[in-house]
Amino acid sequence: MASNYTITPDEIKEISGVNPLRCMRCGRCSATCPSYDNMEYHPHQFVAMVENGEIDKLMKSESIYKCMSCMACIERCPRQVEPARLIEAIRLAVVRQQGASHLMPDDVPALLDPDLPQQALVSAYRKFTK
Amino acid sequence: MVYSYFPGCTLKNKAKDLDVWGRKSAEALGFTLEEIPEWQCCGGVYPMNKDEIAVRLSSVRALAYARDHEQELVTMCSACHNVIKQVNNDMATDEYISSHANNYLKQDGVEYHGETKVVHYLEVLRDEVGYDKVKEAVTNPLKGKKIGAYYGCLLLRPSNVMAMDNSENPTIIEDLIRAMGADPIVYAQRNECCGGYLTLEDKAIPEQRVKKILANAADQGAEMVITACPLCYYNLKKHSEGTGVEVKYFTEVLAEALGVKEEA
Amino acid sequence: MQRIGVFVCHCGTNIAATVDVKAVAEAARKVPGVVFSTDYQYMCSEAGQDLIKESVKKYNLTNVVICSCSPRMHEKTFRGAVETVDMNPYLLEVANIREQCSWVHKDKAVGTQKAIMLMKAAVAKATLDTPLTPGMLPVTKRALVIGGGIAGMQAALDIAEAGYEVDIVEQKPTIGGKMAQLDKTFPTLDCSSCIVTPKMVDVGQNEKIHIYSYSEIEEVKGYIGNFDVKIRRKARYVDEDKCTGCGLCTEKCPMKNVPNEWNLNLDKRSCVYIPFAQAVPKVATIDPRYCLMLNKGKCGICSKVCGVGAINYKDTDKIVEEKYGAIVAATGFEISDISKYDEYAYAQSPDVVTSLEYERLMSAAGPYGGHLKRPSDGKDPKTIVFVQCVGSREKDSCKGGKEYCSKVCCMYTAKHAILTKDHYPDTDIYVFYIDVRTPGKLFDEFYRRAVEQYGVHYIKGAVGKVTPNKATGKLEVQASDLLLNEQLHIEADMVVLAAAIEPSHTARKLATMLTTPMDTNDFFTEAHAKLRPVESATAGILLAGMCQGPKDIPETVSQASAAAAKAIGILSKDQLVGNPCIAHPDEMMCNGCSQCAGVCPYGAITYVEKEFRMPDRTTKVRRVAQVNEAVCQGCGACTVTCPSGAMDLRGFSNQQIMAEVDALCQ
Repeated sequence: MASNYTITPDEIKEISGVNPLRCMRCGRCSATCPSYDNMEYHPHQFVAMVENGEIDKLMKSESIYKCMSCMACIERCPRQVEPARLIEAIRLAVVRQQGASHLMPDDVPALLDPDLPQQALVSAYRKFTK
Repeated sequence: MVYSYFPGCTLKNKAKDLDVWGRKSAEALGFTLEEIPEWQCCGGVYPMNKDEIAVRLSSVRALAYARDHEQELVTMCSACHNVIKQVNNDMATDEYISSHANNYLKQDGVEYHGETKVVHYLEVLRDEVGYDKVKEAVTNPLKGKKIGAYYGCLLLRPSNVMAMDNSENPTIIEDLIRAMGADPIVYAQRNECCGGYLTLEDKAIPEQRVKKILANAADQGAEMVITACPLCYYNLKKHSEGTGVEVKYFTEVLAEALGVKEEA
Repeated sequence: MQRIGVFVCHCGTNIAATVDVKAVAEAARKVPGVVFSTDYQYMCSEAGQDLIKESVKKYNLTNVVICSCSPRMHEKTFRGAVETVDMNPYLLEVANIREQCSWVHKDKAVGTQKAIMLMKAAVAKATLDTPLTPGMLPVTKRALVIGGGIAGMQAALDIAEAGYEVDIVEQKPTIGGKMAQLDKTFPTLDCSSCIVTPKMVDVGQNEKIHIYSYSEIEEVKGYIGNFDVKIRRKARYVDEDKCTGCGLCTEKCPMKNVPNEWNLNLDKRSCVYIPFAQAVPKVATIDPRYCLMLNKGKCGICSKVCGVGAINYKDTDKIVEEKYGAIVAATGFEISDISKYDEYAYAQSPDVVTSLEYERLMSAAGPYGGHLKRPSDGKDPKTIVFVQCVGSREKDSCKGGKEYCSKVCCMYTAKHAILTKDHYPDTDIYVFYIDVRTPGKLFDEFYRRAVEQYGVHYIKGAVGKVTPNKATGKLEVQASDLLLNEQLHIEADMVVLAAAIEPSHTARKLATMLTTPMDTNDFFTEAHAKLRPVESATAGILLAGMCQGPKDIPETVSQASAAAAKAIGILSKDQLVGNPCIAHPDEMMCNGCSQCAGVCPYGAITYVEKEFRMPDRTTKVRRVAQVNEAVCQGCGACTVTCPSGAMDLRGFSNQQIMAEVDALCQ
């Protein structure tokens, strides 16, 4: 991943449509997240860290590839903060850089098995590659 | 009733069972699915951002086609349904996305603002055909079979857009199970994620998810779970060994109950 | 020619910081008709009022214009001031240069310019002011209290204490309300029944108080001092006067499978029932939904066993009409529907309960006789998880919960935790909170006691999912601990949900009948958030308890007593001063089209056939509108509806409004 690239918190807010200031720190996102244990930074931390401007740490973290986009945090957020949208925006900020795709076409054949639905591949491409 | 039908990429390939038995059942129940010509892949996941327009266009084109043919747009795949319905909502409510998407469409002389009603196959069964009619059409009732619905995330969330059912205590599949003569098994994990596309890179995460889901289903007495999502089907099936729970597409079970499934 | 005085208030810096008050006073001097203008720091203060009074005398003013805050705030103050120097109070106008000007502008030049325009408009209106004299209204010396919970009972007792007759209308078969369903009360832990049931007895025995139980408000007409109310007494199939409350019918009734709403459907009751032993009135009621006699014409056992012949299967609803001088709305609250929050598995497991259900489970008069048990299997719970803010404090969420804080949940949860620990010290209790809100006397001390003395685990975080497990009989609770930054997995026996509180579902319909405003959450709106917190904007309608907003018992009782004091204030007068700013038709212009009567929300307009002398000296009988001056509230709906311009509002005449508009457009 290109190392000098920076993105401002405002750009993240714009891409995601999320206003972190709406968060009242209830923790329902992290309570409901099915991928919590796979993540270094958890959904509620994404909100606080974007608000704090700590985008770099998030961009460098594997956590952005551990979100399943299951929308549990969107569904259950009481304040329309919806952390999954922030995670998506940060992942986009990373993979939109040249050569920074998380999933390379050359890696794919090794990952396939005969039953794997096309949907898995298409979705992973959408999430991890630009 | 005739519907515009968006099958999606997987239903043409790995999830043929979802598609084929759905079409057969539709015939048996007296509604017609007209496949949208030259449909393009929905992308599999809804773009959860405000600034990507091109990825929404395949959905918009399918939606505009249905609108122009004065038909509701039906999907069988949960993922397609989720993407298309959310994009439809964007076109109706998000000025930025709508105006930019329409700039692309202009070249084809098309304009679209969310006019089409997007319904899932299950909603057609519940709201158009009616579960009473489905029950009447059942020739091979699945008596005594204990079946759990597996909704996953995509059918129900976000509920203010999907608006299909109560997102935390849905009944649309349970009621179908009842109509097919089986006993629906309610279990809490039926709307928790199977691990989704993470399966491509890391099988451990879906495995851990699925174990939890199927253990819960089995605990509540389910012998089988049925789903409308090819990716859920894959993840569930892959890690179902030892759980004692069978995994099937809801359309396949429906076709069985309606007696339209020839044993191959 | 008028001699108008203009008085510009600084309101400290509230106005003066954004409006050049001296420039406004200066500009006023140039307006035709204005003979004097000045500014002062606080016009509403005694010195400010004296300044106005002295100026009226000194400059022989005929009209006064005050440029200050909203007339809702101090118009009455200023009108009172000029009245003491023999000026008709309706010759005073207020230009609102605070709420509508200084508070909404940042640029002083713009603010000043707007203030000058508002001042000019007010002067234009004042020029056309005429002296008005309010009429006097009689007062019916009887009060109506709607709702028989703790708020309604307290209000009724206080009004009765002052010597006035009071009627309580309660939709349930007994008074007592939600408080009677509570086990103990925070922060003192005194038994709720022990303090509320004596109150119920006091109400029942008070000679001045009449209880219409199992009754609803059907219609409200009239106005302060003179409300005409229709009360629907629902058919209870038991003669209240004959029934002794012996309970024999309830014992012998064969239909024992009716969900018992008193215990929140946690157990069953008979079809003919007395809600609980201390019910007031202690009279049986037949539930028509389940009665075999009423539905199938078979059974009749209750009638056979009743020793006093009180059962009457032919009973029907009856309408009672009464007159009242004042009305107290005390319709209380409900627990909101939590079906959208089933990630907590409320619909999936009997061991997931709401907090009010938990009260019944703990109560000695509840389904388990005070021995807390797990509803699914009757075992003692070892681990209990409390979830706060279920459906409260939400904004634009997928589930569409309430935006407000339900206020009492933090405290009752601390109470539940302490009581549970008191009974069963080895119980593990977790409370998941967003904030712990304890602003009240001895409240925080109480909460800290739960933590420090009882070892209740308060966890800053939330519950995300509850999965009932059949094999273990446990509830698998997945939750977040934000301080430890961990996701927790707790095996619980019970989960207790602090579901949001919402106003009674009857409140909206009642508000329409009372023509009293509500907020978007269906809480009644008080006339002024700070200074008139127990009155509604409609004169004579007073508010008590949760119907106005979430509050605890002492706050409810305080508000009820305050509402009673306001009601007594009305009832103690022989006559009330009316509002002279009411509609009146120009009979020569009125063509009797009836459109005004159609829009009048108060039913103040009728029509009469009247003989008129025509210009050609003939006479003609014409149908013209007539306004009942006692009923008209001066809303002005008729004046804008009247197609011929015959209807006009005193104090806000069409001419005056046009003069204001002209002044603004100059």
